[in-house]
Amino acid sequence: MSMPMPKANNGSAGPGRSSASAAPVLRVRDLSVTFRTEDGRISAVDNVDFEVADGEVLAVVGESGCGKSVTAMSLAGLLPRTATVEGSVQLDGVELIGAGKRTLRSIRGREIAYIFQEPMTSLNPVFTVGRQIGEVLGVHNGLSRAAARRRAVELLKLVGIPSAERRVDDYPHQLSGGMRQRVMIAMAVACDPKVLIADEPTTALDVTIQAGILDVLRELRERLGTSIVLITHDLGVVADLADRVAVMYAGRVVETAEVHDLFARPTHPYTAGLLGASPSAGRHAGTDRLNEIPGLVPVLAEQPDACTFADRCPRALDTCTTKQPLLTGDAHQVACWNPVREPVEAR
Amino acid sequence: MRRYLLGRLWQSAVTLLLATIVVFLGVRALPGDPALALAGEDRDPESLRAIREQYGLDDSLLVQFWQFVSHAVRGDLGTSIRTGESVTGMLRGALPVTLELSMLAIAVAGLVGVGAGVIAAVYRGRPAEWAANALALLGLSVPNFWLGLMAILYLSVAMGLFPASGFVPFFEDPIANLHHLVLPALILGTGLAAVIMRQTRSSMLDALSADYIRTAEAKGLPSSAVIGRHALRNSLIVVVTIVGLQLGALISGAVVTERIFALPGFGKLTVDAVFQRDYPVIQAVVLVTATAYIVINLLVDLLYSVIDPRIRVRGEA
Repeated sequence: MSMPMPKANNGSAGPGRSSASAAPVLRVRDLSVTFRTEDGRISAVDNVDFEVADGEVLAVVGESGCGKSVTAMSLAGLLPRTATVEGSVQLDGVELIGAGKRTLRSIRGREIAYIFQEPMTSLNPVFTVGRQIGEVLGVHNGLSRAAARRRAVELLKLVGIPSAERRVDDYPHQLSGGMRQRVMIAMAVACDPKVLIADEPTTALDVTIQAGILDVLRELRERLGTSIVLITHDLGVVADLADRVAVMYAGRVVETAEVHDLFARPTHPYTAGLLGASPSAGRHAGTDRLNEIPGLVPVLAEQPDACTFADRCPRALDTCTTKQPLLTGDAHQVACWNPVREPVEAR
Repeated sequence: MRRYLLGRLWQSAVTLLLATIVVFLGVRALPGDPALALAGEDRDPESLRAIREQYGLDDSLLVQFWQFVSHAVRGDLGTSIRTGESVTGMLRGALPVTLELSMLAIAVAGLVGVGAGVIAAVYRGRPAEWAANALALLGLSVPNFWLGLMAILYLSVAMGLFPASGFVPFFEDPIANLHHLVLPALILGTGLAAVIMRQTRSSMLDALSADYIRTAEAKGLPSSAVIGRHALRNSLIVVVTIVGLQLGALISGAVVTERIFALPGFGKLTVDAVFQRDYPVIQAVVLVTATAYIVINLLVDLLYSVIDPRIRVRGEA
């Protein structure tokens, strides 16, 4: 991936884009997820807060195991039964946590839709892609098979699949990974959802294919005004698509800011480390090595009353191991006792 | 698809030829001289030679094989040594009985096995799964013949719900025909149902944890569609394989079941032929069984391509 510098896309946002003061489409408050395991309860997500405005692209960034996918799945109740979800997720004012099966089912695919990481396995191998797209339309819009198929062709065209009339009757194994991910996107936007959750949508794809998928997402946001929650560990993808970023570490949001602001002034030591660990032309000339963050994301039986990053943090103070820092600030929020103040590039 | 079909047909033909050779040699490798068996008490060398000549037993193996094959392809499998009837005629009488019995048993086993397997997978870790597992274990461990005897004892003799034995051809009286076959089909299907249940359960568990199930749930499909359409269709691929492999056990099970319920089927024909050293009949029975096996395997392979488009389309390419 090329240098992760954000494109100037804040001004060219979609038609439905409202100002930050308008009511958000998706409002997540105090979201906590724990899993029941043989070794007791494991905490995966701890008191996460974020909001997504109409037509906004929010990137949730972090290492593997930081809880970003669990956060994404918990929004529409897609976690296994071993998970306990607490807090509040409001989609256009409707509370989803604790909502009944029927409510959730009518919202999934219609108002909140998902794109997953593995296009190779996320489509059912025994049905044609047209049928799989049509299924969403059948269940939510009551379209007949024939009408759903016609609509599926339109959707396949929308996501840039060539000769869609022919491809609609193909089975997933007849399509390439990039084409399958486009099918997944077509399926997700079939009912024109308010929020699209893209969980690592390009991670499993070739670099050359990734750009095409990101283009499709950007176009959808502009044409349909769909809000997107983009789950990724790829800062290049963030720079390419996101308006705002939430950085997650060990189940907590440690920093959130406008994308430009975050790349220019990473304030949490973890964010700074993350940016330093990402390859870019020229920046690491002479050293031949990327900066790495030593250690691993901890697996927590219980979220401690401390900063979870303290063990790996080069700037850790005594306070960091005894008291949990909370998110502070307005547009640029950070949860840190000893934040980075100087621009990271100057190091 | 056509090329795939032709390829499979060609393979089947070769297998059938090999099976014929094995059957032919196998019967001749059996201890005992068929001429002696035919002659009975009469050990006069002259009459033995006459018998050998009559049945072509003094020809070379190659000539005998040619005789056997060239007659067999014309539908002539020889005459029974004991009854003097044409073997083909005997098969024609017995085969429909066994076919009907087996098909009913497969239907019973499929319905019960797939149903219980799906329930066990969906209600994993709950009483419904334990019940299904316990039933499957029982079905696998209780022998057919005992189950058959108990069924006759209680359901037929004591309660008089079903006839204990005998057979009525379907076209004579369909109701009586089914009435006679219900019990044998249930008994014969028990073991298969247990195997199908276990296989369905494990492949359903695999399917239910697959990514495309998460996709189906994220689409907001009702559970019935997620389980019955998305998961089950994928599980059936494995289940069909297992059923195909189990049909051998079904054929041998049919021998026992027919014996217990005194059905005039293929199993009874086989057992009688073996006890009476009726070589032409044994030969024919083994050949037909082998053919049935090959045809069933062919059907199972074709069924795959119906269920799984990946196989179908690869065959086209």
